[in-house]
Amino acid sequence: MARIEFRTLAHAYRPAPAQPDDYALKELTHVWEDGGAYALLGPSGCGKTTLLNIISGLVAPTRGQVFFGDTDVTGLPTEKRNIAQVFQFPVVYDTLTVFENLAFPLRNRGVPKARIDERVRQVAAMLDLERDLGRRARGLTADVQQKISLGRGLVRSDVAAILFDEPLTIIDPQLKWELRSKLKALHREFKVTMIYVTHDQTEALTFADQVVVMYEGRVVQSGRPEELFERPAHTFVGYFIGSPGMNVVPCEVAGNRALVNGHAIALSRSYPAMPAGARIELGVRPEFVTLAPAGQGLPVRIERIDDLGGIAIARTRLAELRINVVVSHPGVMQGDQAGLVMDPARVNIYADGQLVA
Amino acid sequence: MTVTLETVSKVVGGQAHLKDVSLTFERGAVNVLLGATLAGKTTLMRIMAGLDTPSTGRVLVDGQDVTGVPVRRRNVAMVYQQFINYPMFTVYDNIASPLRIARATRAEVERRVRAAAELLHLEPYLKRKPQELSGGQQQRTAIARALVKGAALVLLDEPLANLDYKLREELREELPRIFRETGAVLVYATTEPTEALLLGGRTATVHEGRVTQFGPTLEVYRRPVDLTTARAFSDPPLNTMPVQKTGNQVRLATGNFPAGGTLAGLADGEYTIALRPHHLALAPPTPDAVGLGGTVTVSEITGSESYVHLKVAGHNWVALVRGIQEFEPGTRLDIYLDPTRLFVFDVRGNLAAAPAVAAAA
Repeated sequence: MARIEFRTLAHAYRPAPAQPDDYALKELTHVWEDGGAYALLGPSGCGKTTLLNIISGLVAPTRGQVFFGDTDVTGLPTEKRNIAQVFQFPVVYDTLTVFENLAFPLRNRGVPKARIDERVRQVAAMLDLERDLGRRARGLTADVQQKISLGRGLVRSDVAAILFDEPLTIIDPQLKWELRSKLKALHREFKVTMIYVTHDQTEALTFADQVVVMYEGRVVQSGRPEELFERPAHTFVGYFIGSPGMNVVPCEVAGNRALVNGHAIALSRSYPAMPAGARIELGVRPEFVTLAPAGQGLPVRIERIDDLGGIAIARTRLAELRINVVVSHPGVMQGDQAGLVMDPARVNIYADGQLVA
Repeated sequence: MTVTLETVSKVVGGQAHLKDVSLTFERGAVNVLLGATLAGKTTLMRIMAGLDTPSTGRVLVDGQDVTGVPVRRRNVAMVYQQFINYPMFTVYDNIASPLRIARATRAEVERRVRAAAELLHLEPYLKRKPQELSGGQQQRTAIARALVKGAALVLLDEPLANLDYKLREELREELPRIFRETGAVLVYATTEPTEALLLGGRTATVHEGRVTQFGPTLEVYRRPVDLTTARAFSDPPLNTMPVQKTGNQVRLATGNFPAGGTLAGLADGEYTIALRPHHLALAPPTPDAVGLGGTVTVSEITGSESYVHLKVAGHNWVALVRGIQEFEPGTRLDIYLDPTRLFVFDVRGNLAAAPAVAAAA
């Protein structure tokens, strides 16, 4: 196991990159602590898979170095890096039994038979695969096959990190829950560094201790799930995390008040003058906005109520601005006028997308 | 228009893929087929499209038997999980293709392509080729082509499954509106309960080739006729526990509690109680709440809420609770349930009692 470090890393797929836009992965210095559970979260094309492939050695970075502990591995091929990988589609040896699949990485390394047997049974027990050990991998369901892929990473005690690239995409929702909480339990048990790439916020937040959010080739925020939820460092983080995402509306800020479409909103503190020419926005999560009778707060019109069973989402509108509100008991109807009240402690101010500290 | 499946079964290589399915789909609201992978949703759609014929049973359109009529002679459009577009055509030409095949006039093509593009927010991309678009835009193009065809029946088979989470969220929000504006009968297959709830309309739950229930989506969610349906319509999974009711007491493996709430009016006997994860609490929500001892297996934090997985009387349960609630595995804690929010199923799995609508939320 090892601490993984990126030193001024950058990658471009096109030759002779000149300006920042040429880079799929913009310059990045980052440390992945030994034994951490990380998620790498972002939309398609944000650079997260590039980053994962640089760790595994499938992609050689254009600039910078990758260190595993004190060793510079930038030039090392994948097979010399002791990395285990779990991909979107399970990689199993169809004709081998589950036992032989799990034993494969150990047999390759000449581990004694008794030790293999002990280790495979231990990992199989953790993954609830004991009863399947004698079965051929072919014909097993996708979730079981994905457990085998994961198990092959766990049997090796020398693995530096386990990398997951969208591992639950093809798993049905109900089984996703099982596999994800299993993964979390396994991380606690084995304490191996795990880096989990996904575009699914629920998967990222529930799995990881640290979530690294990527957007257009950059890491825009790295933090614990609650930090990303409560204080998004960038409007993109606010939008991408949460369902629906944070409401972001243009505003002006004057001291401890924000003006949205000419309506004043109280802020929790006084802000300094905003940078000239910057795009100033107010961000507030739908969870921290409440609906009040018309006359209080921002005057909005209820466009629609989406009843999701447990909660409902009121889609409201203030002139051209759309603001979502999470409500437990709507008490309002489509077409109603209502007042929209924000919790000042939960309102964040952004200049050109960046949180104003 | 209506599309009716009448006691449809499909057997392939001795295996029953569909068993005795009877359904009637109408226009106006989206019809959702909800079920796990391989439950039979795609088979049902292929039979409705005329791509496959049922082993037994009939397909009727407005009462006319169309069972043997091949797909090219039916007025059907289909959208698949994979984005299927013509790679050499622009977005405009992709959307226009069914109209040109139908020999629509130039003005007609122009009018309908523009209308579909506006509905799906594709106007800025009409001159691009599919590979210059994001996945969401490519799938919107495929949906626009299906809509422009003016088909009487539009079948969407997990159309958002290959898209990013956020794109899926946005399209889900738009799709019900788009669907309402067409005059077609719409059938939409998904594996995800949340998607069914967002789409609204009517939902048929499909399990191992059978339709277990069909009705207004929220009604199926709030009054599932059996345990199988309740399970199919729960994400995160439903918490269940077998119990024995004797007089005013309920017994489970680890102790007794008073038979209040939805259990109150039931005859003595064996039942399975079930409740949704967001109806479990870490503190008593009401004076009548029942506390059960559990052992934490893992807790997951989403930022605003936590999923606490526990073993309760030998069963795996999950509680969705507000705030950051982190527990070490092995922690013993009491978890509370409000007996007015319990679903109760009899020994055959049929619904014996359900919460009142307000409590079922």
